[in-house]
Order: sequence, then C-alpha cells, then structure tokens
Amino acid sequence: MSRFALSDGPIDGAALERLLRSPAAGAVVSFAGCVRDHNDGREVRALTYQTYVPLAVSEGNAILDEARQRFAVLDARCVHRVGDLVLGDCAVWVGASAAHRDVAFAACRWIIDEIKRRVPIWKNEHYADGESGWLHPDGMPRD
Amino acid sequence: MKIRLLYFAVLASAAGCDAESVQTTCDNAAELYDELAVRHGFTLERSRLRVAVNGVFAPWEQCLREGDEVALLPPVSGG
Repeated sequence: MSRFALSDGPIDGAALERLLRSPAAGAVVSFAGCVRDHNDGREVRALTYQTYVPLAVSEGNAILDEARQRFAVLDARCVHRVGDLVLGDCAVWVGASAAHRDVAFAACRWIIDEIKRRVPIWKNEHYADGESGWLHPDGMPRD
Repeated sequence: MKIRLLYFAVLASAAGCDAESVQTTCDNAAELYDELAVRHGFTLERSRLRVAVNGVFAPWEQCLREGDEVALLPPVSGG
C-alpha cells in the first residue's frame, strides 16, 4: 500500500496509527481533519470531494517522500476521503512517527499544510439553505 | 490535432461535463485554456490554475501533441 491513499469509505485512524508504531518510534503524532458544520459564516450540511486520481496519488506520495527527507521521521502516511461526506466524518488523516515528539509534530503539521496546498482535490460544500459551491481558495492562509 | 480534456470542480460545472475531446490548432495548454474559457465561460484567470498533461504537472507553454490528455486544475481545496 502506498503511503498516500484516497478512500471512498470511512478512514480508520486507529488502524493507520498502528502501522506507524515500531520499537524505535517514541512518538506517533496524527491529525484528523473532520467535516464541520460551518464555513465562512454559512451553515454546512455535507461535503463532496472530487479528485484527479493519478495526480493526487503521485503528488501525495511526493509530499510524504519530501517529509521523510526534511524530517527525521521513521514513517509518515496520509489518507484523504473522496466522494460524499457528512458532518463529523474524517476527511483527511495524517500521521508521522519519529524517535521524539518534536520531529513527529513538525512533520505532521508540514504534511497536512502541503496536502492542502498541492494535492488536486476539490471540496464542494452543501449548505443548509440548499445551495452548494466549489471552494477555490485564493492562496491566502486558511484554518 | 485531437486533445482529451479533463475538467474539475467549478470548471466541470461551467463546461457541463467532466471530460471532452476537442480538435484544436492550439500549440500549448495556455492557448487552449484561453480558447475554452471563451467557449465555456470559464471565469477563473489562467494564472490561478495549474495544468497537467498525461497525468503530470506541466508548464502552460509545453507543446501539445496528438492524443494528449490535458487536465485543467483549479485552485485546490482538499483537507
């Protein structure tokens, strides 16, 4: 299994985290991005993610390869959902293992930022008022 | 030459399809996007998009060849 994967079903963070455990891994840090009920002042009911599969997989794996070069991590993985999601669903999971926590935290943070910046995945928000819209951020920092 | 086009997100909504094949005399993806923007009413400026040719990110000026698959990639919003 490649370290970056797309999933059209629920993400099992606990199972993914177990893949990162090893005798040398004193720290395993993971991040779960979840579907929330609001964005930019609007009430959100659900999301749909669309992707360009071959490029998303190659770019996601490139980011994880870069993370392994930049940080002294033992391992790093990421899974991103595609398709239709409801509130509370895990949309993206990132995990990194290292001997010590500073490296694992830093790598995990760097990976999720690069995933959001570079991987060809697009979010369509479905709002409570029945409208929906694709998000195409202008590159400004977002939370 | 014949080019296979892939549209995503707002571009697919504007074009009314996810993919289409077109006959074009455009030399590169930049010219092709400008032509398609007029035909489909794309409002995103080309400078905000990236392009991939045959599954790999490519410069807009890269020469296109018969049968290429060109993916037009709006600003991403994963995560």
